[in-house]
Amino acid sequence: MALKVITDRCTGCGRCITVCPFDAVYLENDVAVITPGCRVCRLCIKECPEDALYLEESSQPEADMADHSGVLVVAEAVESKLHPVTLELMGKGRELADELQQKLYVVVIGHGLKSAAEELLQYGADEVWLYEDASLKHFRIEPHTNAAAHAVSGLTPNIVLIGATPVGRSLAPRLAVRLRTGLTADCTTLKVKENGDLVQIRPAFGGDVMAQIVTPQHRPQMATVRHKVMDPAQRFRREGAVLRQQELTDSALASRIRVHSVHRRREKPSISDAEIVVAVGRGVKEQKDLKLADDLARLLGGQVGVTRPLVEMGWGDHTQQIGLSGRSIRPKLLIALGISGAVQFTAGASGAECVVAINSDPDAPVFSSAHYGLVGDLYEIVPKVIAGLERGESIHAVL
Amino acid sequence: MNIVVCVKQVPESRDVEMDPETGNLKREGAAAVMNPFDLFALEAGLQLKERYGGTVTAITMGPPQAEEVIREAYMMGADDGMILCDREFAGADTLATSFTLAQGIRHLQAVDLIICGLQTTDGDTAQVGPGIAEFLDIPHETSIQKIHGMDEDGLRVEKDMGHVVMDLSLQLPTLISVAKGVNQPRLLSFRRKLQTRDWPARYLERSDLDDHKEAFFGLDGSPTQVEAMFPPQPHTASERWQGSSQELADRLVQLLVEEKFVQSGVDE
Repeated sequence: MALKVITDRCTGCGRCITVCPFDAVYLENDVAVITPGCRVCRLCIKECPEDALYLEESSQPEADMADHSGVLVVAEAVESKLHPVTLELMGKGRELADELQQKLYVVVIGHGLKSAAEELLQYGADEVWLYEDASLKHFRIEPHTNAAAHAVSGLTPNIVLIGATPVGRSLAPRLAVRLRTGLTADCTTLKVKENGDLVQIRPAFGGDVMAQIVTPQHRPQMATVRHKVMDPAQRFRREGAVLRQQELTDSALASRIRVHSVHRRREKPSISDAEIVVAVGRGVKEQKDLKLADDLARLLGGQVGVTRPLVEMGWGDHTQQIGLSGRSIRPKLLIALGISGAVQFTAGASGAECVVAINSDPDAPVFSSAHYGLVGDLYEIVPKVIAGLERGESIHAVL
Repeated sequence: MNIVVCVKQVPESRDVEMDPETGNLKREGAAAVMNPFDLFALEAGLQLKERYGGTVTAITMGPPQAEEVIREAYMMGADDGMILCDREFAGADTLATSFTLAQGIRHLQAVDLIICGLQTTDGDTAQVGPGIAEFLDIPHETSIQKIHGMDEDGLRVEKDMGHVVMDLSLQLPTLISVAKGVNQPRLLSFRRKLQTRDWPARYLERSDLDDHKEAFFGLDGSPTQVEAMFPPQPHTASERWQGSSQELADRLVQLLVEEKFVQSGVDE
């Protein structure tokens, strides 16, 4: 399939160049030329007044789609501990599997994970495959890819879900290439069509546009999902849920990587896990004014997050950055101070249950995603909120 | 040490807006720059070359305009540049891009180390590096935050795993993708600009690439398809409060208390 230009029809009006989001069209001798940057989004076809652009369909062989059934979740374990994204993938995986009336499989790869694997049977899995070996203790790409690929060939799933974590983002693309199939990164919405096609929606262009992506002719269909995007699986044991231990050959366990040590980063509580987040954007005029957010967060027992521009100015570090290029958060309460609400930010904050926004610009986009929008000057309002909360504290202290 | 650094030309601005009525994308300025993450990859390659000798080759896939990023790589200190440029490469997803770049790297031969930026700012997938490594059947590791250098087990690096850091060595040949902050990229040198003005960039078409039993080029070689693009959905209906700052503050405090966001303070 490729985008083609009917050169006789093209008048060189250049409208295709204007609408192309990928800069993939230019004019040569007053005729449009499509460059290798074309992603076949088809916008130019719609735009062309002369119908000079069309999509040349290619005849690809249909994959053996009917042979593939079920949803496989690759559990994530770092140093013999399951990552919570696993339960979130299982929650979504169970939902997709139910819709297709298929099974939910989970593959657990590591060392010392038997009881964790058994525990996953309590969360809606039909079958858990466990690859347990001392040489799998640390994440090393070759044996871990071999184990995941072994599970895929044994279970022939229709869909494979992997966490978009530092481990998953290394494993998933390697596995996808091994399987010669498609992979969509950082999906925020996943649903299935009746024919089993997985509809994958993810932010594109830094989140200003959502792209809906399908993998129509290849199985399994693979997607990664970030931590705290999907709702975790409910505790519920399926009838007949079973754990199967699997073995890999020595050559499949071999690696050209040697792990010297794994050490914990000096721990700062992660903003991704905070229940209450006070986030600050460009509406704050000086770095010292971040104290307003610090005070408010302290009173609420929450943490302070920042938008990307503040990190770029050096007012916050990237572990505090909320957004597409930062962390996704899922707090019960998010208070956004002086944040305009660029999708770059809201894409990382869409998991917040309740959003309060304070912004002096009544037209700020943040208000469209806020449950409570306060139009006003944060320098006026926040100190009064802090005072109000402190008053409340002192009343309680007296009681 | 023969090093290949993968680079990509990306739109400078990420501010793309979509007209909700027409579905057309509105773009501010079409300036293109080198993917910012790739500057760290180039710097890492140049530092290793300075320590261990060898060459740094910048490779990219893209339209002829992409030669600009090769020239930029020259200005930083790269020795050689290659552009994989062919209409048949158009519409490549990450699988086809990985395959095409891997084919280009095969063409170079005797490569010890491939370095990629963690991800691009336009695609944000971070998938191409690991994909190249799989096609070349070499080990890889992503999110490298520190490069120690060579030891008896290979290239010693630190991988950022979120809460933990993994200290590991990779046997050569290998591929790493480096995180922001792994180094401080050097500035483009004006002197190098003058020196390299006449340096060619090698253009490779599909027919130049080595025969291979498989072919994943361009759209035909891409399993994923963009089915639709649309503006992001705003959240559910929202309440708008107006009034004096004192009124707004009082209402907010009341809300925080009612919704149990404020602990009683008694238990603490």
